[in-house]
Amino acid sequence: MSKDNQVLEEITSKEYEHGWTSNIEMESAPKGLNEDIVRFISAKKNEPDWLLEWRLKAYRHWTTMKEPKWPNVTYPEINYQDVIYYAAPKQKAKPKSLEEVDPELLKTFEKLGISLTEQKRLTGIAVDAVLDSVSVATTFKEKLGELGIIFCSFSEAVQEHPELVKKYLGSVVPMNDNYFAALNSAVFSDGSFCYIPKGVRCPMELSTYFRINAANTGQFERTLIVADEGSYVSYLEGCTAPQRDENQLHAAVVEIYAMKDAHVKYSTVQNWYPGDKDGKGGIYNFVTKRALCAGNHSKVSWTQVETGSSITWKYPSCILKGDYSSGEFYSVAVTNNYQQADTGTKMIHIGKHTKSRIVSKGISAGRSQNSYRGQVHVLKRAESARNFSQCDSLLMGDQCGAHTFPYIDVENNSAKVEHEATTSKIGEDQIFYCLQRGIDEESAVALIVNGYAKEVLNQLPMEFAVEAQKLLALTLEGSVG
Amino acid sequence: MLSIKNLHAKIEDNQILNGLNLEVRPGEVHAIMGPNGSGKSTLASVLAGREEFEVTDGTVDYLGKNLLELDPEERAREGIFLAFQYPVEIPGVSTINFMKTAVNQVREARGQEPLDAVSFLGVMKEKMKLVEIDQSLLNRSLNEGFSGGEKKRNEIFQMAMLEPKLAILDETDSGLDIDALRIVANGVNKLRNKNNSIIVVTHYQRLLEYIVPDFVHVLYKGKIVKSGTKELALELEAKGYDWIKDEVALA
Repeated sequence: MSKDNQVLEEITSKEYEHGWTSNIEMESAPKGLNEDIVRFISAKKNEPDWLLEWRLKAYRHWTTMKEPKWPNVTYPEINYQDVIYYAAPKQKAKPKSLEEVDPELLKTFEKLGISLTEQKRLTGIAVDAVLDSVSVATTFKEKLGELGIIFCSFSEAVQEHPELVKKYLGSVVPMNDNYFAALNSAVFSDGSFCYIPKGVRCPMELSTYFRINAANTGQFERTLIVADEGSYVSYLEGCTAPQRDENQLHAAVVEIYAMKDAHVKYSTVQNWYPGDKDGKGGIYNFVTKRALCAGNHSKVSWTQVETGSSITWKYPSCILKGDYSSGEFYSVAVTNNYQQADTGTKMIHIGKHTKSRIVSKGISAGRSQNSYRGQVHVLKRAESARNFSQCDSLLMGDQCGAHTFPYIDVENNSAKVEHEATTSKIGEDQIFYCLQRGIDEESAVALIVNGYAKEVLNQLPMEFAVEAQKLLALTLEGSVG
Repeated sequence: MLSIKNLHAKIEDNQILNGLNLEVRPGEVHAIMGPNGSGKSTLASVLAGREEFEVTDGTVDYLGKNLLELDPEERAREGIFLAFQYPVEIPGVSTINFMKTAVNQVREARGQEPLDAVSFLGVMKEKMKLVEIDQSLLNRSLNEGFSGGEKKRNEIFQMAMLEPKLAILDETDSGLDIDALRIVANGVNKLRNKNNSIIVVTHYQRLLEYIVPDFVHVLYKGKIVKSGTKELALELEAKGYDWIKDEVALA
């Protein structure tokens, strides 16, 4: 109850509030992509040979691939040679503790509302912060270490835990999986790594904040989460970028590997710069997220609140390999002005008695296009698989579009698959009802939209839910009347 | 409180109100009756500020202000409350949440501090008793899956929370069984005092047995064609509306 109120109170600005840049000295690779760049990045990271080989293989494969054209989005051809593939804040030596981190960097994160120190200690969230391509600070490492939990930047994991990285990197999203995943595999510069040992319940939320700062720079981070038998972790991801006139490319990969009885909850509040109200600028968000429920009774839930980016192409998926494993996907995708989103999920039922649940809430306003694309695939041996999908679309105004592309492939007769879909408009009746009670129009829309998205927002950890509600309201400001 | 003079209003090309006059003083309860299509609900909508209705002539003075110049939410904040004939469903938004937003926006507009969660709940508990409404209902999505009686009771609960100066009850009795009607009417009666006024729009005399009006007006073809006291309602109940129509036709 107070959550909503806070949301309403805090709606003040109509502009993207994370549109500032920081003056941090950067070190970057020259524009363009070739094998030398891949080698440059790998060398910068002081990587072992096997990883360089892996990257090169990915790069070579990428050069043979074509950018996918099937998403329901349109944008001008991307010139991949015009992008900078590596940019890092200059630091003399690797900081040993937060005190040694460039204060300008810390300020950047303070501005984002992410205090890497005290605040988070109070709220109990461990944060890994990634600026442009490099992870700048990870908090709570020691405390987590006592439980055997590894939570660190990807580069660090490569140095400190090469056996784990080698074993699981690419095990869920192969390097040649798709165009953007191959690109990421070739040039990823950092990200987060997380390992939860057998039987351990991670006592705090783990969180990664991504920030693109430098101009003309692509961000290619990689997250790998390995949950060993019987473990539990809740993982949060947030992202913002400066306001720039040109489009910026973001192609990330997230891999989750869940063993027997493991439970992973992955929540995202995606707030990349969406471009201005005329559709100029904004982030191209081409992301591959996939979980492998490898062990029996494992469970992975994806929750995403997508409000940013000029173009979103993203399908957090679950491969339900273990018997009795389950996958969930809860999504709110909001598009306004000229934003385009093609997002959804894939649930691949392989094991017996596997279950999946999809709840997708699309909200389109302005001249935006919002598509849900989802696949439910029940393989032959997936005895007694169950799926429930619900795809709702809410339209605001009459110049936006909502589209639903459900694909259902069932190869086993014992499967139970349900699909529900609705499309509605915010009713003038609903708004008038609110007005008549003294609620102004903007707040009325915020109230109605948050109510519509509640089932998904409820899946988010408390603090993220508040942030997400505010974002929904901000994204839709000025879209009525 | 409210002074309506020569009010004309239309929706699209249908002229519905044709020179309506009405004076409501503080503490009074006025019943507006009339056959279907006479303009009763249009009057309620025009007073609440529904955009689809266009006022083509006449004036409405509310507490010294030109009501027609105010936006719907401003009217609400100035103390006008409409109990809807068909309360709207808002999925995912609880009545509690909805009312907290409304009460605090109204308070803000009046220069009052917002109520914190504890004081809000205190006020709410008190008002819940008035209309015999259960908190479990208020925790549910606003009007979603409510029975007809629950919806109307919820409207009166909201009226209690917002403490309006002028409440307009639009066919609040429609769809209610006799028990629900009594509960709703009792709630309204408890909210009645010498400083506020109520306009009861109704088709039947039944409601007026419980909410006893000071005046009864008959609306026909967009005009008040007959006014009287509560006895007029009984007469209408007994004789129907045809004799009024005949009277109008003769005049």
